[in-house]
Amino acid sequence: MKQLDALRQSMRRDRVFDFVHQRNLAQVDVTHGQLLYIEDLNVSFDGFKAINNLNFYLEVGELRCLIGPNGAGKTTVMDIITGKTRPDSGSVWFGQNINLLGLDEPAIARLGIGRKFQKPTVFENHTVFQNLELSMSGDKGVFSVYRAKLSDNDLDHIAHILGTIGLVAEQNKLAGTLSHGQKQWLEIGMLLIQEPKMLLVDEPVAGMTHGEMDRTAALLTSLAGEHTVVVVEHDMEFVRSIANKVTVLHQGSVLAEGTMDQIQENEKVREVYLGE
Amino acid sequence: MTESLDTYKSQRLKEENPSNSIRAMNFKSLIYKWAVFFAMILSLLSGFGIFTEALAESATPSLEETLPDLLTKSFKEKTLVAERIAESADPRSVKLLEAMLNGKLGYIKENKTMVYMNKVDKGLSLTDALTDQSKGTLKKNEVKKVATNNKLRKTLRGLIARAQLANTDSTVRKQSVLRMLETADGVAITALKNQLETEPKKEIQELIQVAIDLNKVRSEPHQSLHEIQNLSSRLEPEVRNALAAIASNETLKASDPDVVDASVKSLKIIDGKVSFYKKLETGFFGLSLGSVLVLAAIGLAITFGVMGVINMAHGELIMIGSYTTYTLQQLMPSQIGLALVLSIPAAFIVSALFGMLIERGVIRHLYGRPLETLLATFGVSLVLQQLVRTVYSPLNRSVESPSWLSGTLEINSVLSLTLNRLYIIAFCLVVFAALYFLINRSNIGLHVRAISQNRQMARAMGIRASRVDMLTFGLGSGIAGIAGVALSQLTNVGPNLGQGYIIDSFLVVVFGGVGNLWGTLVSGFSLGIASKFLEPWSGAVLAKIAVLVFIILFIQKYPSGLFPQRGRAAEG
Amino acid sequence: MLKLLKNDLGGRVFLTILVLTTVFVPVANLLLPPDNPLYVSSYTVTLIGKYLCYAILALSLDLVWGYLGIMSLGHGAFFALGGYAMGMYLMRQIGDRGVYGNAELPDFMVFLNWDSLPWFWSGFDQLWFALLMVVLIPGLLAFVFGLLAFRSRVTGVYFSIITQALTYALMLAFFRNEMGFGGNNGLTDFKDILGFNIQAAETRVALFTASAVVLAAAYLACRSIVSSRLGVLSMAVRDAESRVRFLGYNVTNVKLAVFVFSAMLAGVAGALYVPQVGIINPSEFSPLKSIELVIWVAVGGRGTLYGAILGALAVSYSKTWLTGAFPEVWLFALGALFILVTIYLPKGVSGSIETLRKRR
Repeated sequence: MKQLDALRQSMRRDRVFDFVHQRNLAQVDVTHGQLLYIEDLNVSFDGFKAINNLNFYLEVGELRCLIGPNGAGKTTVMDIITGKTRPDSGSVWFGQNINLLGLDEPAIARLGIGRKFQKPTVFENHTVFQNLELSMSGDKGVFSVYRAKLSDNDLDHIAHILGTIGLVAEQNKLAGTLSHGQKQWLEIGMLLIQEPKMLLVDEPVAGMTHGEMDRTAALLTSLAGEHTVVVVEHDMEFVRSIANKVTVLHQGSVLAEGTMDQIQENEKVREVYLGE
Repeated sequence: MTESLDTYKSQRLKEENPSNSIRAMNFKSLIYKWAVFFAMILSLLSGFGIFTEALAESATPSLEETLPDLLTKSFKEKTLVAERIAESADPRSVKLLEAMLNGKLGYIKENKTMVYMNKVDKGLSLTDALTDQSKGTLKKNEVKKVATNNKLRKTLRGLIARAQLANTDSTVRKQSVLRMLETADGVAITALKNQLETEPKKEIQELIQVAIDLNKVRSEPHQSLHEIQNLSSRLEPEVRNALAAIASNETLKASDPDVVDASVKSLKIIDGKVSFYKKLETGFFGLSLGSVLVLAAIGLAITFGVMGVINMAHGELIMIGSYTTYTLQQLMPSQIGLALVLSIPAAFIVSALFGMLIERGVIRHLYGRPLETLLATFGVSLVLQQLVRTVYSPLNRSVESPSWLSGTLEINSVLSLTLNRLYIIAFCLVVFAALYFLINRSNIGLHVRAISQNRQMARAMGIRASRVDMLTFGLGSGIAGIAGVALSQLTNVGPNLGQGYIIDSFLVVVFGGVGNLWGTLVSGFSLGIASKFLEPWSGAVLAKIAVLVFIILFIQKYPSGLFPQRGRAAEG
Repeated sequence: MLKLLKNDLGGRVFLTILVLTTVFVPVANLLLPPDNPLYVSSYTVTLIGKYLCYAILALSLDLVWGYLGIMSLGHGAFFALGGYAMGMYLMRQIGDRGVYGNAELPDFMVFLNWDSLPWFWSGFDQLWFALLMVVLIPGLLAFVFGLLAFRSRVTGVYFSIITQALTYALMLAFFRNEMGFGGNNGLTDFKDILGFNIQAAETRVALFTASAVVLAAAYLACRSIVSSRLGVLSMAVRDAESRVRFLGYNVTNVKLAVFVFSAMLAGVAGALYVPQVGIINPSEFSPLKSIELVIWVAVGGRGTLYGAILGALAVSYSKTWLTGAFPEVWLFALGALFILVTIYLPKGVSGSIETLRKRR
């Protein structure tokens, strides 16, 4: 039965030539208020268990911080959600009706899951404006992209995002010439312009000055509610300043979950993570 | 065969030409008539065997008396003369018969002296067949070859074999029995039976028994059920032929069905063994091709796999190794073997120096830009090719092999392994082992691996990265040079030598999994064996195309090769 | 068209020169007497025509390398396939004028004792069919090859190496007589095209003009791709492929579409090239040819369309001149060019010009 399903999955007509036919994915069903379900997840690399029986849930509109020592599996979780890594076992559902494990990266991105990488990756040889233009949601088939023209709506939308991330003056600069912090914001802007349901943000304040950090914190908190945001961060000050709920990963599974204060009280966390 | 027919025809044309001297004409026509007469008599006799035996009983004339009779044109008479020569028990007889077999026996037209002929620049250098004295050099048309035909050559082989049966050298004895397998009968069998009693070597005893069995199978098949069953353990082609003849003999099938059945059974056993050994042989060819591939690719596995540098001039570094071998041989023409041994370190050093020069001059400026490195090193390869064309010549040069490299190791009559291929396989394994230990066990290897994994960190630990880069590249290039030494023993050395190997080498490395020496070894050998097994039914070129296409498809399915690196390291 | 060239000074200059040449050369060849100092010989007409074909080929490579970041070392294969398709048409036009006088079979098939035309030769007596194949066959190969490669994310040097292996395998295959494409000698001894004598000065001028028109059209087509959002997207793929993937674009399809278009363009270049040089043989598949093409684009400057054309013309001209004057030196010069350009002029001539202009 399982094989039959797999066969059906690979034989689906709309998957053979998907540049011909733009897929209409079902609307994500979040009637129970949960956006993401990760259950019994396992991944290993050459015998090293990066993720070990992980269970992790997200509510709609939540701002969640993911912390943990190096090698705890934070980045791997993001890789799995966005389709970059395939788990050995377990399930990942977006809402109640969409199985993320059956989809590839572009399809997951089109569902409304945006990701910001650890290293800021913007298109350095493109202007800030072009970076945002490319990131806009819409028909992303090759021929539509070839014919695409910017409508007034699009221009308004880009201007709005430029304002949100504070890069209006820099819009015609090459992205490669921006400061480190500006690149991080541009990348967040590139996620926002897709109007994502869920934002995965990997170490947004690494290498930022304090001023930039505060602005980033303000930006991220303003996003919560409308979007669901997951932040992976090492900087505890920053985590405290934005999060109401924190999940601690350790050796590939959840060690503790709760508010920052609860986490700091937790004996196990102190032992393995805070090193006290 | 056709050649001897042609000379025969032209001879006849000359005879009909009236301008020939009357004396010669008389003599020749006399021999001609006599030969016809003799042939008629011969046909009256019921067979060769009786005649030979009759001759054997008569007093044997000396070689000096017998030899001039060879001037006859009748092959049948030549056969008789050859047998008389063999009977004479003269120590010169074997050499004479062999010269006759190889077409090196002739006579000077002017005085009918029998001579050995050796081709030299202009004409033939001659030695008297009886006295071994030099007769100087004559033009080709002044000497006449003693012509032979297939049947005569077969007889000659048998005669030579019989004459050599008593030789003290056991390999000569073995060869002689082998030659007698197909023809031995009558006198030969008696000689073999005598030899069997005194023969010290078990291997030759068995072989003689095969010859005796075969003779029985041929002469009285209906009584040789036992022999036919015994012969199933032998692989000699003569055994197979004899059994096949019986298996398809219709009259015998009617009279003695169990004999025919037995030979069919024996044939089946033999065929099974033969195809097994053929497969072994193909596997051996595959291994040797594989070791060439591994040798060519292993240096690349260092520079590409460990350092991540695409060096399109790798093939030319191999070529430089080959030319080093060639140059050393030119320097010491009398010491071919020594030159070859010396050229292993020499080629390593020369290619390594060139490699380090390339690294310092070109690649160092391009770290982190693989596509540009590819282009620039391709430019280097063009320059090196043209350099060799200018310094040496655009033509191919051949490098000689020392005697201990040529020859074969005979396992049995189906499977024989050529020594140079065996040496290459061994050489490849030795080079691989040395390199493996250097990379995985030595200090420099540790540095190399450290840098390949994390350059910044290795530097912070005090490793001088740029020096290690240079040395590593030199190592990879030096190995390419050593591969060049090996290749010079298999093919001609030319400016394009390297080009033929660069694509193969890259595919071997990529197929095996970049950064994995074991992967390179396994993929080289498996690609070598695969293409050799493909060749019989598709031809060499198609096999090569098939392997290329296979790898192209394979890489697309498994981009990181047979033995991929996994986890975080693979990301970078 | 004008809108396309709005921000493209190099393109405007190039197209102007191209138009002037296309007007001048035929006039100077056909109307001026041979002793006139401005007279252009038929040899030169064909030579320039050949360079124009190279320029189309360079454009096609620049599109995938300069804009998409895919360095194909097998683009010569698409060129050669287009050339063979055209060559097959020209072979069929010979009819019974071959050495063996067989109306149905080309000479080499008679020589191989074949008694009928292989199935894949049928249809090639029609120019429209041959022209269709000129784009379809390279396009199909590029599609299949690209689909496999891009889907499994074979990129960078790996892609370069397997494209080189591809053209090498094709070369070996076309060398075989049994393939039915004339083996070692390839296809040659063409007589006429569409009924016109292929050696006649007028035909040569017509072929030259056709090459110039196709080059101009190809330039505009590439320009329209490059200046559209697809062009912006391609460059994004070149610079940060995985980022593009997370933006929801299907990178495989983007690469595939551009790669197939580029292969078709290369095929067209090959088809225009063959009637002008009068021969197509397996050496066109040799990896060296493909990599020479890469150096044209590298010298001229990848990522600017006119740069690729400039490089193709300059390097090909130097080759013609050097191999004539100092044959020994050519490979040294080519090798040095590879090394010097990659180290000292990584953006090529046009890239350096653009950098200078921006700095001002």
